[in-house]
Amino acid sequence: MIAILDYGINNLRSLQNALDRIDVKWETTTEPDHETKLIIPGVGAFGAAMERLRPLKDSLQQMAKSGVPIMGICLGQQLLFSRSEEFGSHEGLDLIAGTVSYIPKVAGLKIPHIGWNKLEILREDIIVSLVPNDSYAYFVHSLVVKPEDSSCVVATTEYGVEFASIVQAGHVWGCQFHPEKSGDIGLEILRNFANC
Amino acid sequence: MVKGTQFLNLKDSGDPVELGKKYSEEGADELVFLDISASQEVRPPVVELAEKVAKEVFIPFTVGGGMNSAEAVRMALLAGADKVSLNTAALSQPGLISFCAERFGSQCIVIAIDARKRAEGGWDVFTHGGRRATGIDAVQWAREATERGAGEILLTSMDGDGTRTGYDLDLTRAISQAVDVPVIASGGAGRPSDLCDAVRYGLADAVLVAGILHEGHYTIQELKVAMEQDGFPMRMVSPGLSTLVRELG
Repeated sequence: MIAILDYGINNLRSLQNALDRIDVKWETTTEPDHETKLIIPGVGAFGAAMERLRPLKDSLQQMAKSGVPIMGICLGQQLLFSRSEEFGSHEGLDLIAGTVSYIPKVAGLKIPHIGWNKLEILREDIIVSLVPNDSYAYFVHSLVVKPEDSSCVVATTEYGVEFASIVQAGHVWGCQFHPEKSGDIGLEILRNFANC
Repeated sequence: MVKGTQFLNLKDSGDPVELGKKYSEEGADELVFLDISASQEVRPPVVELAEKVAKEVFIPFTVGGGMNSAEAVRMALLAGADKVSLNTAALSQPGLISFCAERFGSQCIVIAIDARKRAEGGWDVFTHGGRRATGIDAVQWAREATERGAGEILLTSMDGDGTRTGYDLDLTRAISQAVDVPVIASGGAGRPSDLCDAVRYGLADAVLVAGILHEGHYTIQELKVAMEQDGFPMRMVSPGLSTLVRELG
């Protein structure tokens, strides 16, 4: 069973469909129960999301400490970090130490970064089990994460600059892309999370 | 990066959900489902289609046809579509583009432009599934639509559509140079080299392919291999992956 955190600003349908496809049971929840694996999805702005999530911050930190697996997707991954510079400066959930900042502007590259791009897998991790290096995943984002501890980075992607596209710290994972929209590779990553 | 996309004519191409699933498995990068019957219903039929597609397809997809209100757009996105394509309604009420872009984000608002060559030069925009001339200049309209917040242009050459003689490179280049959002070229693909030309000379960000796939002239894999050999990096699917997982699991 996987709980999908519903904090009111998300369309959860695609993720639910993807979990159905790989035969993983899910429920949506507005309050994590400290036992069930949790996915924090997300599309939208960091600040607005944190408004909704702030009351859950202590509880999510507790969960992470006790080793219940948590996965953040896209904005959900950014929310795992300490701080974001999106539209000002906002405190995050701080489950992984580090910051979230805009993709640096590089001539010829459009922002947001939308489309398929490669994952360069830097190290082994259960989340990328059976995922070949240089697999493509589907991205829609304007900001990227930067963990303080670079050993948290499982995979990077290049878009003008190299950024962390999969991170892991303890039992907390984050994907900058949308696994629910990344074809078989994405489903594999969700399956890996379900099995971890 | 170049995307291979499919244009599904809901009426003529069999079960769109099945086709979408098949193309997704064969390596399409995105899918486009357009209902050109231009229904006037509050809940366009394509919303129901989006719901079904979202259960079977795990790559991004766009739906369009009958999207005549913000509510219709919202329903399509909630149903699981990643992007919604506006055409006729965007021309009759351009404010809808900005309203939807602000509310749902530019990244999911696609403006579909059906254009036909004018005798005196330039291209005219057509609406109502290509049945009605507007007298509006296509390049001008593309510029206005993106200024209003459109995140992508789906550009169909009506002269090229179905001819298999290649995309309209002049039209594609004119629009690509006028806007700074991705332009998807559509209409006229006959051979793999047409796809390469649309990107290289038409400056398209992506190419849409319909007829030559539906009729089995080429597979997506063949088109992608041809483009890769011509120097365009492509996302290749590894069909063995899920099989492998099942065996190990």
